[in-house]
Amino acid sequence: MFIGAIGCEPLQLRRVHLEGSHTLDVYRRNGGYEAIKRVLDGMSPDDVIGEVKKSVLRGRGGAGFPTGMKWSFVPKDSPKPKYVVCNADESEPGTFKDRYLMERDPHALIEGMLIAAYALGARVNYIYTRGEYRYLINIMDAALAEARSAGLLGEKILGSNFSCDIYTHTGAGAYICGEETALLSSLEGLRGHPRMKPPFPAVSGLYACPTVVNNVETLTAVPDIIKMGGEAWQKLGTEKSGGTKVWSVSGHVKRPGVYELPMGYSDMERFIMEDCQGIANGRQLKAVIPGGSSVYIMPARDIVGKSVKMDYEGLVAGGSMVGSGGFIVMDETVDIFESTKNLTEFYKHESCGWCTPCREGTDWLVKVFKRIARGEGQPEDAQLLLDLCDNIEGKSFCPLGDAAAWPIQSAIKKFPEDFRKHLVGIAERAVVGTTSSPVATREGTAREALPTV
Amino acid sequence: MLNAECFFMSSQFTPNNPLPQEVPVPREMAKFSPEVEAEIERHLAKYPKERSRSAILPLMFIVQRERGWLDPAGVAYLADRLRLRITDIWEVATFYSMIATKPVGKYHVQVCRTLSCKIMGADTITEHCAKRLGIKAGETTEDGKFSLSEVECLGSCGTAPMLQLGFDYHENLTPAKVDSLLDQCSRDEYEFTVKVS
Ligand SMILES: Cc1cc2nc3c(=O)[nH]c(=O)nc-3n(C[C@H](O)[C@H](O)[C@H](O)COP(=O)(O)O)c2cc1C
Ligand code: SF4
Ligand code: FES
Repeated sequence: MFIGAIGCEPLQLRRVHLEGSHTLDVYRRNGGYEAIKRVLDGMSPDDVIGEVKKSVLRGRGGAGFPTGMKWSFVPKDSPKPKYVVCNADESEPGTFKDRYLMERDPHALIEGMLIAAYALGARVNYIYTRGEYRYLINIMDAALAEARSAGLLGEKILGSNFSCDIYTHTGAGAYICGEETALLSSLEGLRGHPRMKPPFPAVSGLYACPTVVNNVETLTAVPDIIKMGGEAWQKLGTEKSGGTKVWSVSGHVKRPGVYELPMGYSDMERFIMEDCQGIANGRQLKAVIPGGSSVYIMPARDIVGKSVKMDYEGLVAGGSMVGSGGFIVMDETVDIFESTKNLTEFYKHESCGWCTPCREGTDWLVKVFKRIARGEGQPEDAQLLLDLCDNIEGKSFCPLGDAAAWPIQSAIKKFPEDFRKHLVGIAERAVVGTTSSPVATREGTAREALPTV
Repeated sequence: MLNAECFFMSSQFTPNNPLPQEVPVPREMAKFSPEVEAEIERHLAKYPKERSRSAILPLMFIVQRERGWLDPAGVAYLADRLRLRITDIWEVATFYSMIATKPVGKYHVQVCRTLSCKIMGADTITEHCAKRLGIKAGETTEDGKFSLSEVECLGSCGTAPMLQLGFDYHENLTPAKVDSLLDQCSRDEYEFTVKVS
């Protein structure tokens, strides 16, 4: 699998190929812990937040919220302890960049967290890692122990007045714990149900104290922002999407992998066909899910010849989103009905059960998908799926509900033919003698045909 | 338009089936060696004193490592250790898919079924495992040696298809690779590389 940068000098990935890149020694010899030194040598917390604001770093966990702004929401005068929590739950299907950042460069995460903790005045901080990434927890624990014995963690770091510690914490197999408020519930030892926002974690998070939750890649970007200066870092990308972004590429490309691209990289077609070396087995590109399973699917016709820019604005213009950067490429052999069914089963499994629209809705979606897959599809089923989505989207307690609806809505819209072929008319089936499903006996239901694109 | 099909509550939580499984009442409490107790202390020390409940998941993994699964005696131990009720422990245990509230095989084969793996041949891998082990996904062999599960994306999408054996990742799988792994397990020669600490 490829790991490297395209279209820019490797920044986030510049140490990953060094031997022993996970050790303190190699990290230090390659510019490591210089940023925290600079911070402690004379930057105020506001200076740090200012640089991060200038960098236009946007959260890499999926929502793309400006990191500097998030940090500035933490009340300075609060007497309560403050916390920085790293979101290493990485469970969005198609996403695996955080895994390699932590495996190969754990000290970059530690340094990023130290800088964040300094900016926010946090004394104790946690890295919440998904339970399946146990080997990464072990790597992080070893790196933290190394940092602690080198005086980079604990009391009076590098001789300054700044004291801070970082601990690992394990999840136990629940996608919803990647959602920041559910993550905090889980970190408090509860079931991983999301919490009402507001109050936002910045005001009332872990143990009802001000808390910043940031993705791994967001935090590992921070040391470079301090070293280069926020403005220079921003200029690597575009005005509204600063810096570089690490993409996880999977599926039917010849060279899947972890790719660092400058924000605004142009264009998606070149990325797939040249950088990822094109579609394997001489087949044709059919579709791409560019930002993890939750974002809209893009048909090849919206990519080829369309100069889609790989950044927040570019992907929205192209009809999708950056999300977590989980770039799933599908060739012509993939049935989009099947792929959407697969993802819907994922969301049903991961729905936390807290709110009715998502708990019941995802269950019904899967039931309908399964019935169609059994060969009992009917012309109005596409509309039935869309109605179910409509009853989930915007009506659920947390964004997981929307994330379950979006792939279906976009798949039906962009690939109606893949659905249509499963939705044989009842009349036709009566002829071939297939038994009809309970729905077929309903009277007076509007038999809407597939929506036209 | 809301279709009649959606009017019925989902069968997941119908009154006849209030919980996915029975909640056993613990009759004894697990005991651990001084070394394991020290390990547990180290985990508790990560969290504020009055927030020891935070350690519930890390401690559940230790109980599972020591006892094979989170058995009733382990639940009783955790309730006692964290000063919680038995139901508090159960409430958390039943939420998380990696907490085993039923015995699992010594070799837990977990094949990823999500999209990137699916389009790269996950079904072939699952079927191959099922055929070799003589069980379906979700089952354990009679001798208690193997369990087979289909799991959701494990962050190996670029190296699909994949499976996790215990906590070890095995990627870019082929049926031949799976055979060699399962052979090692059958002969009890497989060494787990990743351990819970
Ligand atoms: C269902 C759901 C799952 C999520 N999973 C993750 C995840 O695995 N990792 C992550 O960093 N953010 C995840 N997020 C986003 C977080 O809620 C949050 O926005 C993010 O951790 C903030 O960090 P950032 O600003 O650095 O991106 C998820 C959000 C939702 C709604
Ligand atoms: S939307 Fe789904 S995951 Fe979110 S709170 Fe509701 S049930 Fe839970
Ligand atoms: S889809 Fe299988 S590891 Fe991600």
